[in-house]
Amino acid sequence: MSNPVLILVAQRVALGLLLLLAVSVLIFTGTQLLPGDVAQAILGQSATPQALANIRESLGLNDPAHVRYFRWLSGILQGDLGTALTNGQDIATALSQRLRNTLFLAFWAAAISVPSAILLGLIAARYEGRWPDKLISGATLATISLPEFVVGYIVMFLLAVKFRWFASVSIIHPGMDFLERLNAIILPVIVLVLVVLAHMMRMTRATILNVMQSAYIETAEMKGLRPFTIVLLHAFPNAIAPVVNVVMLNLAYLVVGVVVVEVVFVYPGMGQYLVDHVAKRDLPVVQISGLIFASVYIGLNILADVISIMANPRLRHPK
Amino acid sequence: MTRIPISALVGLVLTGVFFVVAVFGDFFAPYGMAEIVGDVWEPSSSEHWLGTDAIGRDLLSRVIFGGRLTILIATAATILSFTTGSILGFTAATIGGWIDQALSRFVDLIMAIPPLILALVVLSVMPVTPVVLIVVMGLLDSTRVYRLSRAVAVDITVMDYVEVARLRGEGRPWVIFREILPNALSPLVAELGLRFIFAILFISTLSFLGLGVQPPLADWGGIVKENKEGLVYGVAAALVPAIAIAVLAISVNLVADWVLNRTSSLKGSRGA
Repeated sequence: MSNPVLILVAQRVALGLLLLLAVSVLIFTGTQLLPGDVAQAILGQSATPQALANIRESLGLNDPAHVRYFRWLSGILQGDLGTALTNGQDIATALSQRLRNTLFLAFWAAAISVPSAILLGLIAARYEGRWPDKLISGATLATISLPEFVVGYIVMFLLAVKFRWFASVSIIHPGMDFLERLNAIILPVIVLVLVVLAHMMRMTRATILNVMQSAYIETAEMKGLRPFTIVLLHAFPNAIAPVVNVVMLNLAYLVVGVVVVEVVFVYPGMGQYLVDHVAKRDLPVVQISGLIFASVYIGLNILADVISIMANPRLRHPK
Repeated sequence: MTRIPISALVGLVLTGVFFVVAVFGDFFAPYGMAEIVGDVWEPSSSEHWLGTDAIGRDLLSRVIFGGRLTILIATAATILSFTTGSILGFTAATIGGWIDQALSRFVDLIMAIPPLILALVVLSVMPVTPVVLIVVMGLLDSTRVYRLSRAVAVDITVMDYVEVARLRGEGRPWVIFREILPNALSPLVAELGLRFIFAILFISTLSFLGLGVQPPLADWGGIVKENKEGLVYGVAAALVPAIAIAVLAISVNLVADWVLNRTSSLKGSRGA
């Protein structure tokens, strides 16, 4: 284990797992210890004391909190996510299809937004201070000021209602083939891309411009290379680590965007599932979904760190 | 008096208009918040400038009262997050040691979860009332203020004048409020606008998801939710509060940008 990259990566992953464990404690205690009674929440205000006692017994709510936490955690680790309070359904079954739908949506949003953001960021860096650059600054200001659902409805109103190019809701079911599915998610994908694109572009631009200050860029300029060649072949490779970081942070941001966008387009994914069950106060579902969203978020952050460690040539070639 | 750039001036004026309309809403609103005065989704007319909503209430009045609620909740949440975050941040920076460690690691933990997800988890067990919303949003957001104010205060606590105050025998509250706070104010003020926008977007999103302000009251996000079905039929009622959110957020952003530039150039000139 003399390779510093491996040690750093292992440290980062271990730290991430520790964080994940702490998050699971937080989510569990947050829903258990806050004022508000689960049994009361299920049965409503008019429940008789006997009914409350019964439901507490059947849910195991009388055990001490740490016993319930470890029972919950070991269940999750064995793939048993418990059952939903509202309809008694097995959560794992209900989740797997929805998780797949959400990942399908997020994958396409990422697949489109990441390359275009990097390309546009390179263009903005190349034309620093000129109109393509200013356009990007303006667009960034607009998108960070708009909540996702506003972008969603504006896009829906224009593309689905005014021009009638796409369907206004994204209905998806198991019988659909790949192209039909893709067609169904066009609008939500457009919205998610708009939500993350500007920020990613701007950060890419900033990191490239930072690298452009270096002496070797000046050398390249004096060699008479074309400006875009300099940006692409000399500046970009050295900006990969920060750019990857930016990309990952924005993908993590997609996790939140997806919740809202799914509700806007009535898309049967994890986000909609979470929001529905928060309203119904279905704790087991909320805990699991919250934990899944948090793990994806933390996972992407770990991945960002790992990639930037690996992209650092000083660590890759130890002396 | 330095010249205010046009963009900041526009932002300042628009933000002011929003606040005035929010405070004196009764004066501006032609009808009551819950008054049913017409048909469903009437187009705009001289009686109803913006038309009517999904059950025939005057949309303009509703957006005005909704704006009041949105701005009220967001302002209260921002004040809460700033007082909690900065006091804890300054305290952690002045005391240091295990208190600082414990607070900072706890904040790291909270910030490892997207705020919307954590808010949803918390709201699944809490009753959804405006006060609970303010407290949840304010405390979640105070983590960011904590980080900023701790970072700023750590730099200030090593200054000679803080040392002098300590040697003079001043207590911790004096050090925090008389020595650190005045010197940490400009980065905090610059952050204030950004946190306020975040609060506006956050409460709107929660209400849009049906987990914020509950009917018959409605904030802007709630009004979007109430009228969203109309969009499919080409009724743009839901876009009115949506645009209001956007305009307010952009205006505050323009002001915050300017404040941020001023304070950071101040710092730059001192360092250079």
